[in-house]
Amino acid sequence: MFGKKVKLRITFLLLSFISLILIVFLIIKSLEENVVYFKSPTEINDLSELTKKKVRIGGMVKKDSLEVKAEEINFIITDFKNEIRVSYSGIIPNLFEEEKGVVAEGFIKDRNFFIAKKILAKHDENYMPPEVKRALENK
Amino acid sequence: MTSQLGHFSLIFSIFFSIFIIFQSLNFFFSKKIIFKSSLLSLIFLQLFFVIVSFLSLLTAFLYSDFSNVTVYNNSHTSKPLFYKISGVWGNHEGSLLLWLLVLTLFLFIFVLSSKKVENKYKLLTIVFQEIIIFGFLIFIVFTSNPFEYLYPTPNEGLGLNPILQDPALAIHPPILYLGYVGSSLIFSSSLSAIINNGVNPEWAKHIKSWVFTSWIFLTLGIMVGSIWAYYELGWGGFWFWDPVENVSLMPWFCLTALLHSIVVLEKRNFLKKWTIILSIATFALSMSGTFLVRSGILNSIHTFANDPSRGLFILIFLFLLIIMAVTILFLNYKSEETRPNNFILLSKETAVLINNWFMMFFLSVVLIGTVYPIFLEVLTNEKISVGAPFYQKLMVPFLIPFLIFMSFGPRLRWIKNNFNKLNFKLIFIFIVTSLISYIIVKYSGVRYLFSTLLISSSFFLLFNTLVDLFKKTVQFPQKISHFAFSVLILSILINGIFSKEFNSNMKVGDELKFMNKTIIFKSINFEEEKNYKLLKGNFEIIESGKRSLNFIPEIRIYNQPVVSTSEADIKTTLFNDNFIVFTLLKEDEIFNVRYQYKPFMIWIWISILALTFGGILAVIKK
Repeated sequence: MFGKKVKLRITFLLLSFISLILIVFLIIKSLEENVVYFKSPTEINDLSELTKKKVRIGGMVKKDSLEVKAEEINFIITDFKNEIRVSYSGIIPNLFEEEKGVVAEGFIKDRNFFIAKKILAKHDENYMPPEVKRALENK
Repeated sequence: MTSQLGHFSLIFSIFFSIFIIFQSLNFFFSKKIIFKSSLLSLIFLQLFFVIVSFLSLLTAFLYSDFSNVTVYNNSHTSKPLFYKISGVWGNHEGSLLLWLLVLTLFLFIFVLSSKKVENKYKLLTIVFQEIIIFGFLIFIVFTSNPFEYLYPTPNEGLGLNPILQDPALAIHPPILYLGYVGSSLIFSSSLSAIINNGVNPEWAKHIKSWVFTSWIFLTLGIMVGSIWAYYELGWGGFWFWDPVENVSLMPWFCLTALLHSIVVLEKRNFLKKWTIILSIATFALSMSGTFLVRSGILNSIHTFANDPSRGLFILIFLFLLIIMAVTILFLNYKSEETRPNNFILLSKETAVLINNWFMMFFLSVVLIGTVYPIFLEVLTNEKISVGAPFYQKLMVPFLIPFLIFMSFGPRLRWIKNNFNKLNFKLIFIFIVTSLISYIIVKYSGVRYLFSTLLISSSFFLLFNTLVDLFKKTVQFPQKISHFAFSVLILSILINGIFSKEFNSNMKVGDELKFMNKTIIFKSINFEEEKNYKLLKGNFEIIESGKRSLNFIPEIRIYNQPVVSTSEADIKTTLFNDNFIVFTLLKEDEIFNVRYQYKPFMIWIWISILALTFGGILAVIKK
């Protein structure tokens, strides 16, 4: 029915179309699986259902809340409305200090307890997570 | 005083831009298309004024002139000379001035070095490049003027972010910018070539050295940033798939694709439209890189405090440039893409195309991972980040066929290839590869199918490129770069799989056992330097049957601004890096200590250097 050339071209187009769809599907699928949501302590407090997935929590390290043990550290992240206790063992970046901004990545145990797997450093001592900034401005 | 000089020079440069654009167009539309040396003089003068402006900012930094806001915000009298200089581009305003300097410098070099090309092509390239320069000048003067005046003059500045006071990060921006800005010239010249209907092998040959040069600098720039992240951030990794890192990787993929396709255009006179699209995309990605890093839109761990309003300007400017480019492409491109009649599936052309497809795939993965969070935040106000697993999951399965294709591709000839000769050696290599992979997988406890396949395919590539090294059919620079690339992939892989780490909070005198090693925290010393105080830890790692290693990592507490940084102590050998870093915790007694074992770390850097060395050879050889 079709010439050889046309057939070849149709196959080629079809193949590239299929692979394109596959790739897009693949990308979206793994995006869904590997996305980490960023929450403030207030948002966690307002959650109707606690997620089992990894999340990031941003806020300020509460004054006098840092407690150092051999294997772990404990501290409280606050956005000045709500707070959450964090337990963490791992490397601690230099800009991690009380009354400074912090972003912790890990899992929510309950509304006020969080197990961190990673603490993210910011390079700038003036940096503050945007939520915290907003919360501070609203005060 | 110098600040005013700098400011006025910038304003002068704006007028020069307008004048040069006007003059070039004038020449272009005149009956005999001429190129007068007066135009060169104008371009030189503009370069001169930009240099003056840059130097005056430099002087302000050197003499700590705190009546200049930029200097006040980013410098301090007690800062070492070297970092006073690097402080010039360690901030938003200064780094844009550096962009501008490179833009004008490259244009000047371009005009000087292209004496033989057609006038109409040269003139239009100047016009497009000047449009970019003009945009940047306006941007600098009106939204991020580095010469803003501060009154009353403060006695002391705020200091440079200590984490930036580092030799690697001092040279990282200039090198990276040379790569980014090089792509602007490729952009201008390809637009000019489309309009003049001159997208042909000759043009490819001419612009090739710019493509290679930009690629070399971009690669080196990324490497230097990566080295810095490795030893300064103390996480022991060298790539975190962070948005700020990704934005430099995206133009790299694009430029690497361009690097290959431009050769096809040169040798076989096809892939014209594709090459042009790649040139435009590379520049767009380079510019959006600058935009994204500087705008504060990215939710990145590398975020520095910054001002989002400026981002809007670059964004609008970038959109205008892209719209202009696309319009030009559609209006002027006469569809005379002659598919060569002798196009055969099994040829070097196809190999390059396959390379390009893979590059585009990697690019889109990184692009989506980087941009998706921004869109989601705008649309739903939900903040997310996309982590390393996303990239690994998507790239690794495609890396395997990519590596295998790369083993064959360079062997193929132009036009048509006869296949029978290849087989014998290939089978041999395949057997050796399988054996080595089997041994590694068996003794390392690699449990994932993908890792196994990845190890096998990278060894396969390694041996194939190794064989190619002794062949005459493959170009010498290409041999080196491809071999280096295979070493790079392999060392990243081995490094990723076999790295070990140990982490604990320790006091002086503590002794801990982990894996088969013992770490002893022996002592700590206090010292004082010009602009920081110093805590020197003394650690010893004892491993049975091996020489014990002594480590002296540092914690620096800077005076201005008061920030502490950690300096890792790394013992590098050809086979592995041993790495100790420690940080302050709440009290001065307990420290957070991290030990890392990183096999083949140095080979990552060596192979990247060799990769760029291949590029340098390619440029010189011309």
